[in-house]
Amino acid sequence: MSHLLEIKDLQVTFGGLDALSGLNFHVDEGEIVSVIGPNGAGKTTFFNTITGLVEPTGGDILFQGDSVLGLEPNEVTSLGIARTFQNVRLFPNMTILENVMVAQHCRTSQNVFGALFQTKAFKKEEEEIRQRAEEILSFFGSRLVGYRLDQAAFMLSYANRRRLEIARAMATQPRLMLLDEPVAGMNPSETAELTELIGRLRSEWGFTIVIIEHDMAVVKNVSDRVVVLDHGVPIASGSYEEVSTDPDVIEAYLGRPVESHS
Amino acid sequence: MTALPSSLLLDWKRIVRWGSICAVALLFVSLVGMPIKLDPKSIISPLLSLGYVSLFWLPLIFGYVASSRVVLEGVETSKPGLPDLLTGVLTGAIGGAGLTLLMLGIENFDIRDPLINWSPQLLEVLAFGARDLNPAVWIGIGGALGLFGAALNVIPESLRRGISYGFFTVLAVAIFEPALDDMSEGFRLEWLIELIFQKRGGLKLWPAIILASLIGMISIISKGKVKKAVAQYREQEAPKKKQTSYVLFGVIAALGIVLPIFMGTYVNSLLANVGIFLLLALGLNIVVGLAGILDLGYVAFFAVGAYTTAVLTSEISPFFAPGMTWVLSLVFVVILAALTGLIIGAPVIRMRGDYLAIVTLGFGEIIRLLFLSDFLKPYFGGAQGILGIPGIDLGVVYISGTDTRGIFYLVLFFCAIAVYVSWRLQASRLGRSWMAIREDEQVAEAMGINTVNSKLMAFVVGAVLASFAGAIMAARVGSVFPNSFMILISIVILVVVIVGGMGSIPGVFVGAFVLIGILGGPKQPGLLQEFGSLKLLVYGMLLVYMMLQRPEGLVPSARRTQELHQEEFLQDSWLKGTDDEEQSVEGEEAQV
Ligand SMILES: Nc1ncnc2c1ncn2[C@@H]1O[C@H](COP(=O)(O)OP(=O)(O)OP(=O)(O)O)[C@@H](O)[C@H]1O
Ligand SMILES: [Mg+2]
Repeated sequence: MSHLLEIKDLQVTFGGLDALSGLNFHVDEGEIVSVIGPNGAGKTTFFNTITGLVEPTGGDILFQGDSVLGLEPNEVTSLGIARTFQNVRLFPNMTILENVMVAQHCRTSQNVFGALFQTKAFKKEEEEIRQRAEEILSFFGSRLVGYRLDQAAFMLSYANRRRLEIARAMATQPRLMLLDEPVAGMNPSETAELTELIGRLRSEWGFTIVIIEHDMAVVKNVSDRVVVLDHGVPIASGSYEEVSTDPDVIEAYLGRPVESHS
Repeated sequence: MTALPSSLLLDWKRIVRWGSICAVALLFVSLVGMPIKLDPKSIISPLLSLGYVSLFWLPLIFGYVASSRVVLEGVETSKPGLPDLLTGVLTGAIGGAGLTLLMLGIENFDIRDPLINWSPQLLEVLAFGARDLNPAVWIGIGGALGLFGAALNVIPESLRRGISYGFFTVLAVAIFEPALDDMSEGFRLEWLIELIFQKRGGLKLWPAIILASLIGMISIISKGKVKKAVAQYREQEAPKKKQTSYVLFGVIAALGIVLPIFMGTYVNSLLANVGIFLLLALGLNIVVGLAGILDLGYVAFFAVGAYTTAVLTSEISPFFAPGMTWVLSLVFVVILAALTGLIIGAPVIRMRGDYLAIVTLGFGEIIRLLFLSDFLKPYFGGAQGILGIPGIDLGVVYISGTDTRGIFYLVLFFCAIAVYVSWRLQASRLGRSWMAIREDEQVAEAMGINTVNSKLMAFVVGAVLASFAGAIMAARVGSVFPNSFMILISIVILVVVIVGGMGSIPGVFVGAFVLIGILGGPKQPGLLQEFGSLKLLVYGMLLVYMMLQRPEGLVPSARRTQELHQEEFLQDSWLKGTDDEEQSVEGEEAQV
């Protein structure tokens, strides 16, 4: 049986620095997998390579059995991989609604002609785009809807920006969602809430999720499986309990005990 | 030592600094030749010409600036009074002294070689036409103007507004004299024109005073109600604002259609010029303002439109002369412009920012040089261009190139198309992708937008709109030459877009009317014909001023204002308490 995402011997070098060296990894449909590791371990680079922003120096990436190497980022997205960014990168001057609407670009098709002649198909598609955007935003409760819909994204609080980034990723209608430190900078109650939402992303929306996270409470709560990266190589993988007691992992974190801090 | 009375404790440093800047500005204006060139344009005949205005406004403004204070909230400041007036006088006087020195210099030295305007002519203007005027008079004039400027700071706000409105009305009426003159025939108002204007140009003295005081009074009495109305309009809720906008738009459109009937050739040809540049600017606004592609070679598409029309409609085009009608040729204009857009765009569009700007600049020149080249001379006539382009036969009416009113209506029609296109595209899937690309191209791509296609689309839409302008231009002038498509046109169009307000359709309208209508296009005279060769200087100064003081343009789009003033917006929303308060409260509760 083939995996949803399979990565074989992936290598990425930045001018002599091996950010990733010989990474093997896979995710199956419906899983939530956490990727953890100390700073600079290559986690973000890993995401960047999958989404086509960074070109690997070796190895292969298979999505639904086909290689995505050499595809443009937008092509990868339309195949069904969506992501968020560690350093939130919204379209700050677009409204919240527009941020989510624009992410449906690759799932819609109307062009100049439809817009100029206001064809039926155009109006119908616009309406659908808007409705889907509102539906996605209401997933986050009342925080991103109502009067906020028409507010510019830069006016949002930090936690809300993170939520909007996830909403934007949802709008591309992916099968696989890559979340880069989704709770960084959130307070404990916000973190707890988002942890629950991540679970619902799978159960209600059917996304398969790979999540990079430093917060071990979140990792413990959401993941089926944990992969630990250090210096660009996976040093351990397994359930949270297995990984957190692995001596290699403890050493990689330089004696910092791997346990949930509440 | 006797203690100076405190009222005489002036900020000398400030006075000297502003005074010297004023002097330098006056020297610059004089040596650039403004007083000489603008002297023929009379404002109040025979007292005041635009040439003198170009000198007088400087000490006045500097007197005003030097004597104005920073008012800090909560800090007690003494009432403006005598010291401020003195500051103004001294600043103005130092500025005026600059001109005194200039006059002495011109009398005694001759350095006309590098400085063309170091001339007896300038001396004559500076001496108010008198033979032996004492140059020191300028110190007095400067002082007086500085005093006046400072007085503006001292008098109450409403009076200040009244005076400035009065003054600017007189100035505007004088500048619009040729247009008013031209219009008066249509409205049968020649008697009014004769009443207020001198035969040789310029307002008569009494009408000017009456006009200024009338407007001044009105503005004082209305107490800034107009400003309030504008602010109110801006604050309106979205749907209501939309309604008001539609009404406003309707009124302006109706005026645009009805007014030309009453206007003569002069105004109509002026409007036709404005319209052609407006059409170009609306097209470029899509490319630069919406999609954020800094295209400096936009004139290429203008050229392609004009040459396509020329070849297809002129009976004497050198190589291939099918002699089509203008309307039929328009089909090919669209196709060829779109193709050129694709051909130029495809290699260029992958570049970012500055690189793209430079390469498009190059392509703009290449197109012109191709039309100019010996290589293509058999087809496009080289430097001799293509002549004999007929007028436009619309079946019901025939618009010849010299029928400026007809041309204006045609331009108006195409501008309406351009506005419609911008408006519809902005609120579509494509328009949103342009916005996203402008904000962050890499993220846009990661969110599934094919950035190359989207940008290429903007390029092509812009190209087609520019080619319409080219087609009209060809029919209007009756001939095309490579040198009508200089790089300068690209730049002027860009300046129109920037000064008006990038991404804002009303802004582009205002920009085109102010720059092309009043100052004039690269080769087309505007209302102020006297500006001639000074036009580019004024363009440049305006651009610098705008970039420093109002980078969002004269009539900015809401989005752009927000982009440039993010911090203020955040502060506002914080003060209003609309941001995420309820959430932090929520969060705290949960924590407890
Ligand atoms: N574009 C780049 N050019 C050069 N070096 C890079 C680039 N991107 C990442 N690196 C380097 O690659 C290594 C891995 O970086 P990466 O951002 O993937 O780490 P990370 O695991 O995400 O760390 P963090 O937990 O801090 O987010 C680092 O040493 C980093 O400096
Ligand atoms: Mg990272």
